[in-house]
Amino acid sequence: MPKTMFDKLWEAHQVSEGLIYIDLHLVHEVTSPQAFEGLRLAGRGVRRPDKTLATADHNVPTDGTMAARLIADELSRIQVETLERNCEEFGIPLYSLGSERQGIVHVIGPELGVTQPGMTIVCGDSHTSTHGAFGALAFGIGTSEVEHVLATQCLVQKRPKTMRISYAGELGAGVTSKDLILATIGKLGTGGMVGHAVEYAGPAIEALAMPGRMTICNMTIEGGGRAGMIAPDETTFEWVRGKPGAPADFDTAVERWKQLPTEAGAEFDTEVEVDAAAISPMVTWGTTPGMVVQVTDSVPDPAQMDSPADREAAERALAYMGLEAGTPMTEVAPERVFIGSCTSSRIEDLREAAAVVDGRRVAGSVRAMVVPGSQQVKAEAEAEGLHDVFRSAGFEWREAGCSMCLGMNPDTLIEGERCASTSNRNFEGRQGKGGRTHLVSPKMAAAAAIEGHFVDIRDWS
Amino acid sequence: MRPVDIIEGKVSVLDRADVDTDQIIPKQFLKRVERTGFGEFLFYDWIRGGEIELESNPILVAGRNFGCGSSREHAPWALEDFGFQAILAPSFADIFYSNCTKIGLLPAILDEQRCRAVAEAGEARIDVDDETVTCAAGVFEFAIEPDVKHRLLNGLDDIGITLENAAAIDTFESAGTTTHGPVTTTL
Repeated sequence: MPKTMFDKLWEAHQVSEGLIYIDLHLVHEVTSPQAFEGLRLAGRGVRRPDKTLATADHNVPTDGTMAARLIADELSRIQVETLERNCEEFGIPLYSLGSERQGIVHVIGPELGVTQPGMTIVCGDSHTSTHGAFGALAFGIGTSEVEHVLATQCLVQKRPKTMRISYAGELGAGVTSKDLILATIGKLGTGGMVGHAVEYAGPAIEALAMPGRMTICNMTIEGGGRAGMIAPDETTFEWVRGKPGAPADFDTAVERWKQLPTEAGAEFDTEVEVDAAAISPMVTWGTTPGMVVQVTDSVPDPAQMDSPADREAAERALAYMGLEAGTPMTEVAPERVFIGSCTSSRIEDLREAAAVVDGRRVAGSVRAMVVPGSQQVKAEAEAEGLHDVFRSAGFEWREAGCSMCLGMNPDTLIEGERCASTSNRNFEGRQGKGGRTHLVSPKMAAAAAIEGHFVDIRDWS
Repeated sequence: MRPVDIIEGKVSVLDRADVDTDQIIPKQFLKRVERTGFGEFLFYDWIRGGEIELESNPILVAGRNFGCGSSREHAPWALEDFGFQAILAPSFADIFYSNCTKIGLLPAILDEQRCRAVAEAGEARIDVDDETVTCAAGVFEFAIEPDVKHRLLNGLDDIGITLENAAAIDTFESAGTTTHGPVTTTL
């Protein structure tokens, strides 16, 4: 029987019924301290430090603090220092503050080449789905599971169902992978992919470079999906080739990776079709990523919604967001713009945003910042002069980290502030208590910074 | 983890859909390096802001897609530390569901109508072995994976169970395709 890519990955990693072998375990400071403590209490070690990699990202200030001991916030400092001590004690490679390889865990895995097709990858972070862009099976786990993987290099897992989302046609000019995934979540709902490993397919996906594919797989979790994945192809192989962690016998590896894609006639539990050509630039208006409209639309009217639960949720969201039903999205005016996060902070994302702001000035009403996903992205961007483009336009140019995506570090919104953000979650308080988040693509965020309100990037020049 | 068999008592209700883990335990409380003491920060902004009131009871009835978003296990830790032993909802986010089962906090799926009936009854008795929720409105069945149920009923530690299988992991590793070699220490 023809197999899906998921079937192949699952079967190749099954140690015994319901026990999956993990090829790469990524670790960060927030979800790991209790796991290491658990190991110590039970007298257990880390089975495969050589398949484990750690970095500090969630808590790190992006102001140029270059060592854990210098972090001003005491609790953040303790958490990063605890990670450093744990990695030392258990022999786990770590890129902490001050390392030229430090960065957001889902940015550094791919850029170091340790994220590879055919792997199983886990991390105590829901956006681990990002790595599925390489044809890997990658998903987020909780701290008890982090401890389990550290101790056994395996994970107890129930086999998820499979879903394929096929995109017909190609994305229009100005429409990006971020718009594609936001539109998909808008269509399916935030619980639409629950219980499924999702494969994204079709010409619009194949045409994307790796960063765009990562953006899509990254946000799979916002649709409730267990894992997102995209078949590896020449684009994937070219990304991995020459990276520090690339397999020594690269050509052999490529031959193996070519066997991964879903075979013709393979069956999925759920099939969804989306017309890629019909997708417009998207902006969220509410407090879940599924509360999203085209930039050409207006803020929806809760009274028009069918289900009482949806109506009530929409009313609450509009009150929180400080928005009136019927307001055109292009009249919504953010005071803050954040370009960064594991969704959209790779060099290509920064290039796209820089092209929009080049030679222009950030609106007087807006404070805008760019936070590269990793120290390597930052170095590459600076070598290309992107930092000058952003700075001349009035953007702040900062050090690598999760930054304002989740506000666990000094980068936060204040109560009532409205932000155009390239991150992944517009939940209440996510970017700071009372903060109002609108999720958009890097291009759309950049244009909003210049104009002081959202614009349709397709007819903006 | 302590065994979970019968959960009985009053019911608290949070009638909202898509409650995310950022609400359950906001990010500023994730900086602790301990597993305990998160209960007092449960739904911090919503409770402090007077948006919701929540009593500490054995059972919480919640809306669909409960626990979506971040994988933070701090969310189940906070719910458990606050006093909840079981959560009933029409659906749960995958990672949250799994995290609950790892710490002995029972997530049970009942359809919306039955959740409402339990909420209205105000008290219930959950029998994990029988997979039933009993309240004034009737006896409702829920489903739970057999191995998850076995672990909950016996309070078993996943790692201990897996390590009993260590020989199978050794065999798997020595079968050796190249992805079974070192990945991160050769950088």
